This record gives sequence, C-alpha cells and structure tokens, in this order.
Amino acid sequence: MAEKVRKVELAISLVLRIGVVVSVVIIAAGLVLTFTHHADYLPLRGPVSYTTLTSTSTPFPHSFAALWHSIALGEGQGIILLGVLTLILTPVLRVAVGVLSFVYEKDAPMALVTLLVLALLVGSFFLAGA
Amino acid sequence: MTPSDFVASLALISVAAGVLGSLIGLGGGVVIVPVLTLLYHVDIRLAIGASIVSVIATSSGAASAYVRERMTNLRAGMFLELATVTGAVSGAYLTTVFPTRVLFVVFGLVLAYSSFTTFRRRHADDPLTESNDRIANYFELHGSYYDQAEQREVAYKVVRTKLGLALMYVAGLVSALLGIGSGALKVPAMDSAMRLPMKVSSATSNFMIGVTAAASASVYFIRGQIDPIIAAPVAIGVLLGAAIGARVLGRVASRTVRLVFVVVLVVISLEMLQKGILP
Repeated sequence: MAEKVRKVELAISLVLRIGVVVSVVIIAAGLVLTFTHHADYLPLRGPVSYTTLTSTSTPFPHSFAALWHSIALGEGQGIILLGVLTLILTPVLRVAVGVLSFVYEKDAPMALVTLLVLALLVGSFFLAGA
Repeated sequence: MTPSDFVASLALISVAAGVLGSLIGLGGGVVIVPVLTLLYHVDIRLAIGASIVSVIATSSGAASAYVRERMTNLRAGMFLELATVTGAVSGAYLTTVFPTRVLFVVFGLVLAYSSFTTFRRRHADDPLTESNDRIANYFELHGSYYDQAEQREVAYKVVRTKLGLALMYVAGLVSALLGIGSGALKVPAMDSAMRLPMKVSSATSNFMIGVTAAASASVYFIRGQIDPIIAAPVAIGVLLGAAIGARVLGRVASRTVRLVFVVVLVVISLEMLQKGILP
C-alpha cells in the first residue's frame, strides 16, 4: 500500500516539476522577446508609462485563433500566453497522470474518482468555448 | 513608471506572494489582487485574471516538493478534488444567478467563522488515531508524514469526509463566483472538519487549488482577462516564491503555520465584507 502510493507520488511530482520548468522557460523567453523585439504592435520605446500595457483597451490575444496567429508572427506576448497556457494545463496533466497511476496500481475506486475529475476539467475547457 | 520597472517590481512582489501562499495553502490572490488594483491601478478584471495565474503557479510550484516529501495527502486531495472541481464548474455558470454583493457578505461571515474555529484549535490539534468514517476507510484516505520541526513521523486518521466534500464543493463554487477564497475554505475544511494535521491541510490545499483554478482559467482567457505583460512577472515571481515557501513549511512549527493562516483569513474576510457592504 505505502509503496504503491510512493510511486504515484513520484510520478505526479515529476509531472508538476516538468510543467513548471517548461512554462517558466517559455514565459521568460516571451518576456525577453517582448522587450527586445516589440516592433510596432506594442508601444514600448521612449518615455512610455506601463499603464498603456495594463489597461482594458490594451490589445492582446484572447482566443486560440488570435493566439496561434500572434505566435506565428513571433510576438513576445503570444509566446508569454503560450507559457501561461502550459502552466494552466499542468494541473490537468497531473490529474491525467494520477488516473494512469491508479489504473496501473489496480486501485479501481481512486482511478474512477480521478477519471471523473479529469472528465470535468476537460469538459470545462470545451464549455468555455475553447 | 516604465514597463520594465513595472515588470521588475511586480515580479519581486510576486515572489513574496508565492512564499506566503505556498506556506499556508492559499493561492496568493490575497496579495496579488490588492497590489495590482491599489498600487498599480490595474482594472479589477485583469487583476482577477492575474490572480488565477498566481493560484496555479503557487500550487504547481510548491506541490512538486510537498508531494515528494509526503507532506501532501495525495489520496485525500485527489478524492476531494471531485467536489471542488464540480463546484468550480457549476459556479462558472451561476455567476449571473446570485447578486455578488450578497455573496461577499455571506462568505465574509463564513471565513470570519472559519478563522475563529481554526484559531480555537491551536492547543488541541493532536491527530486522531481512530476513525469509523466509512468513506475515508473505503478509499484509504488516512496518512502519515514526517514532521521536520518535531523530528518524528506523525500518523493521522481522517473523519467527517461527507462534510469535507460539501465544504470543498462550496470552496470551488466561491472561487469561481468571486475569484478568491478557494484555499481559504479548503484549509479549515481539512483541518477543523476532517482533522488532517495543519501542515498536511495546508500542503493538500496547495495541491488542490491548482486544479480548481484550472477549471475556470480557460473562461478567464477567453474573456480576455489574462494580460500577458501582467501574467508573465506574476507567474515567474510566484513560481520562484512557491519553491522557496515549500522549503520552509516542513521546518516551521504547526502552530506558526496556523497563526499566520488565521491572520490572513481575517484579512480576506474583512476584504470580502468591505466589498459586500460598501458600494
């Protein structure tokens, strides 16, 4: 029993660590790119206040189509959002690994519970209109 | 303030938010939202979007260490996630049903009461050695952890799982409706109701809040509430802070964790009451 739990623990811990490291690297790269290669889509040069970037009228992608477009153009803010989405998906992936681990350990009740959680999470992404 | 100063200063504040959040099982939204709205005059909608990112960063950043060190009760956490995610999903579609101001007053009072029950347990928090809770026994939710501060293995039994499930549902509902308060209800649900040790409650709440937030994060993204230039320093800062906080929790005494949690809970409850009562 204790040994079984230990394997699930290590698998989940590893998934979380990979997710965190990958998203930090992507976000940091996007941030650097935003400041070095902002071109004309963001007013960053000269004596500019940060509020132009943090108001409700600031343009940034908020649909998947716009996000892919922004990434294709190599825009820093699109890459930051890709990193943020990786971060958001990390707990979902962690639940998926939990399901697999419990199935592998032949722990049917827990496998069923985590599978339901995963279904709800995936459902929430589709319900959001994604 | 130039954009680069904004990013640098917000990242530093986010480190502090990550340390605090990971230590007491909350998401750090309690720091991020007031800092963004009051200090940087950012719109509340964008501040809440940043807070969701902060919650997921706190959770994933600290949980890998907590899970590896067996501080998290993995089975109890994953079991209770069923209720909290259901609450979060249903909450996202009930936003128009309840008047927000009434909700703020109700949950302000609920949190004030939980801070009182959590504080009252500061002298009597010995773990249980027996449990006849059928759900907890069937799913084997009991556990043990090594307490670095006390330098001994602490075994504990879990009780009142049904009440815990109900409270977790409410916690998910609240976090979806109001954007805050997910961990603030989860910790008392595990500590006071289900009798998990304080540090385990905090680490397990930390483990769960990421999944609760992920269930509503996609909605925030589609609504355009996740501004990359705010989210980037918050995510990086909070992840760093959470990694630091995760090294601290094992070493500090349960009592300290409890007292810090109670203080923060009182602050959140006053913040909620103020939002509900003052226009």
